[in-house]
Amino acid sequence: MTNWGYYIQKDRQIDFEANSHEVSAEVESREPSFKLCISCGTCAATCSAAVFTDFSLRKIILLVRRGELQGLESELTKCMLCGKCQLACPRGVNTRNVVLQIGKALQKFKL
Amino acid sequence: MTFNFFVLPFFLGLIFLLVMLAVRYSRWIAAFNPVQKAILRGGINSSTVSRALAEVFMESLLHRRMFRRNALLGYMHMSFAFGWFLLILIGNIESRTYSGGYINPPYYPIFLKFFVHDKRVLPFEITTIPGIFRFTMDIVLLMILSGLVFAMFKRVHSRWFGIRRTTSLKSVDKIALSALWFIFPLRLLAESFTAGMYQGGGFLTNTLGKALASFLPVSYFAYPAWWAYSLALGVFFVAVPWSRFMHIPTEVLLIFLRHFGLSSTEKFSPFSEIEINACPRCGLCIDICQMHRVAGEETTMAVYFMRAVREGKLDAEVADTCLLCGRCMEVCPVQINTNAIRIARRGENSSGIQQNINYLKPVSRRKADVVYFTGCMSHLTPAVKVSMLSVFSHARVNALMLDEEGTICCGRPLKLTGQAEAAGLLVKANEQLIASSGASLLVTSCPICYKSFKEDYNTGIEVLHHSQFLNRLAKEGRIKLKSTKQNIVFHDPCELGRGSGIYDDPRELLARIADVQEVTEERKNALCCGGSIGDLGLTRVQRKEITNDALDVLMAQEPEILVTACPLCKKTLALPGRVIVKDIAEVVAGAIELSADQDKY
Amino acid sequence: MNKRVAVIGGGPSGLECAATLRKMGISVILFDREAETGGHLKQWHKLFPDRRSSTEVLHLLRDNHQPDGIEIYSNTLVERIEETGNNFTIYAQENASYMADAVVLATGFDLFNVTRKEEYGYGIYENVITSADLELMFSSPGKLVTHQGVVPRRVGFVHCVGSRDEKAGNLYCSRVCCITAVKQAIEIRQLLPQTQATCFYMDLRMYGRHFEELYNEAQEKWNVSFIRGRLSEAAENQDGSIIVKVEDTLTGRPLKMNVDLLVLMAGMEPSAFTPKIITNQATAYGEDGFMLPPDPLIGSNRSGTAGLFLAGTCTGPKSITETLADARSAALEAADFLKEILR
Repeated sequence: MTNWGYYIQKDRQIDFEANSHEVSAEVESREPSFKLCISCGTCAATCSAAVFTDFSLRKIILLVRRGELQGLESELTKCMLCGKCQLACPRGVNTRNVVLQIGKALQKFKL
Repeated sequence: MTFNFFVLPFFLGLIFLLVMLAVRYSRWIAAFNPVQKAILRGGINSSTVSRALAEVFMESLLHRRMFRRNALLGYMHMSFAFGWFLLILIGNIESRTYSGGYINPPYYPIFLKFFVHDKRVLPFEITTIPGIFRFTMDIVLLMILSGLVFAMFKRVHSRWFGIRRTTSLKSVDKIALSALWFIFPLRLLAESFTAGMYQGGGFLTNTLGKALASFLPVSYFAYPAWWAYSLALGVFFVAVPWSRFMHIPTEVLLIFLRHFGLSSTEKFSPFSEIEINACPRCGLCIDICQMHRVAGEETTMAVYFMRAVREGKLDAEVADTCLLCGRCMEVCPVQINTNAIRIARRGENSSGIQQNINYLKPVSRRKADVVYFTGCMSHLTPAVKVSMLSVFSHARVNALMLDEEGTICCGRPLKLTGQAEAAGLLVKANEQLIASSGASLLVTSCPICYKSFKEDYNTGIEVLHHSQFLNRLAKEGRIKLKSTKQNIVFHDPCELGRGSGIYDDPRELLARIADVQEVTEERKNALCCGGSIGDLGLTRVQRKEITNDALDVLMAQEPEILVTACPLCKKTLALPGRVIVKDIAEVVAGAIELSADQDKY
Repeated sequence: MNKRVAVIGGGPSGLECAATLRKMGISVILFDREAETGGHLKQWHKLFPDRRSSTEVLHLLRDNHQPDGIEIYSNTLVERIEETGNNFTIYAQENASYMADAVVLATGFDLFNVTRKEEYGYGIYENVITSADLELMFSSPGKLVTHQGVVPRRVGFVHCVGSRDEKAGNLYCSRVCCITAVKQAIEIRQLLPQTQATCFYMDLRMYGRHFEELYNEAQEKWNVSFIRGRLSEAAENQDGSIIVKVEDTLTGRPLKMNVDLLVLMAGMEPSAFTPKIITNQATAYGEDGFMLPPDPLIGSNRSGTAGLFLAGTCTGPKSITETLADARSAALEAADFLKEILR
């Protein structure tokens, strides 16, 4: 393996090559609207849980897409599944099902 | 002599069926949890038993609910159920007059006309007791055969029976159905052949017997006909435990258990098993289902969902895809609580994670007489909140808005995904919040929250939906409303209407202000707007189709505005941009007449 | 025999199309449902990107560009158009009818009715206004105050209201709102130097010439701040100022901010009148509701009906420059069509 020539702090870098994308693929197939997210943040802005915690669905979806799954399970449990985000999303993402499907996928591909 | 080998298929089939039923039913009942068993023990008494018997008569036999839905369908089912019951009942009484004893083998009354040829009675005589029996048995048989003709017609022209599509049949259903369809024609033939041989029978069987005897050697045909009749019965009985006809005895069991106090809850139990086995697969829930009729779903309707559960082949997607609108429950002749079972299965099937809302700290609010809970969705429909606050002010109500800065969700959306336990944490947090205000009345402008408060909360105080509260204020004269003569239509939200039985309050209230038009599908038959917090599986395109379909009905009279009482319905119905949609609170706030001494808000 | 073209709509596209046709020697009748021509241009103050005066452009379109020979019927709402043999009959109110050999539809757009985005509070909270309202306020600078009558300390702009929004029923982008927001933010900063301006966006679509440069200028010269985050809802403080609920997606944290005036960038929707005018099968509408030429790539002015042409925003959102170019192109197509039938 050739050395790239510049140094990036390993724990900061999103190693897209090394990350597993099984969870993302699973959620995409179970809930196709997951693919439509443009990370506009409306969901996170309106979120009921975000009043009390730092839960952000926008961030979670982004991390899943990048394959950064550390600590996601405990984050996901904060969602009240209230549905405000689904009512607000401009892309029509089925956000409640996305939350549930990410949870199922994380269980399925538990490492 | 009261035995012949031909009775064996019937007799053995019947014993087999009774054993199977006893085994299955006792297994289910034995598996009830302690709470259910306690309810059962406490619930059995003469009054509940007689009420159960009455319902068995009215529904399982006479099919009253089905008659209300569609007369032809009701007659068809009733003719078989009530007819067969009468044949057995009257046949037993009749047979006793011949055998003299009280204990007869069960096959004796069924095959009475084989064993007994009463020559004393003329076929068309109806003044003697035997004659009356003869006549009655024949007329009941004729009624059943007319039902059979309808049943055959229904296979080809189901629309006359009020349903576009009827339930698809499995192979064992087809065997049982064929056997059932053969039973009564074969009985007719057997009795007629015998009548032809001995000049017996009643007005029907004698006439047919004579006609057959005129060109057939009936004495050769009679015995095989009895065999065939017995075989048809035997095959039917053996097929029942695996077919849709299991619903016949199971429905009776279900009616008794319900009257004893049991019901389906959001936790799947043997009682839920009994309910889904009582499903007659009548198909009424197919056409009524908007997911099917409008959005093209083929496998998620109640009857197919229950089939999947019975067969252990339930796909999580099928459990997840349901508006939980309750239209199927409204139309079900057995009144199966499909919503509860759907939610219960979602909880069972979950291969995901449980929500854990453990971060809510106890909070104290200022004291007030009335607490107003807007609910999550209302933050996205601020006109509702602003209108309610305006009304509180005009009526001089000491109200506190409980969730001004952010709602702790009432918990129902979470519960509907099958996580009732997790929802409990939300319930506790809100209960504490409500209690800290010291209020004696909780008003909410969201029917989903309302249902949640009524069913899952222990607030200890009165809970009202805002349509009820506003109506009360108007009735008590605390707000005066002026009439606008606007032409409006009220849309019944699923959770308020079918979900909570509130249909009149909103209409009474609106009638003071505007001209409320009726639409073809409303109240108990109202269409779901498609917004549904209960569904997880429909696509946004499907939901929009459902919304537009509902709007077609609501807009038929071209109302100026559409009024509803649920923030989710409001947003959903307004989405296609076809009509202005307002919440009932907005209409009321806009119609408040200010008296001379009141400050303008 | 002189051929005549009917132009339906007296906004920028209608005026420019009519003028171009007249220059080619073709007679034109023009219908406008309002009392004065100019369409929405009458409501704007300054046009992006150079902040050109809209009144100046309006006069150019009306007076200078308008040689004699155009019959203008103002206050005339065209109700429907029918093909009658080789030409068209145009029906207006009170059974008035007119004949033409070709028709150009220049019916334009409507602004999205922002009350449909109830969560933003237009009509509920007094200090929530639309971009169109702001333009009118720019025309009378004394009016550039909050509902309480004071100079706002901070003005917020919400991009994409009624556009790119499944919940508003419009999936498309309205093209010109981003540049309008940047322009209006600069104008606020110019007129009220003590006032902050913040734009809340999902994306910044600076597609045209000098647009990106204007964005640069907004940041560098005028200190306009840009926050990537879409508002979920607005709420009101006791003093009438507006609380914005938004996640600052680039830092990944929820933002708490008050603004004294919230401006909603209302998108463009197809005019509600257009579908009532043409009802034949050959006229197609896209899923977005705008008129759809059979070949949108090459024949963007041709409808499915021979002799019926499309100009301006009735086929989709456009800037004034694009609208005028499109109108001239439609005029050319109509003229070409008339030559065909003259042969």
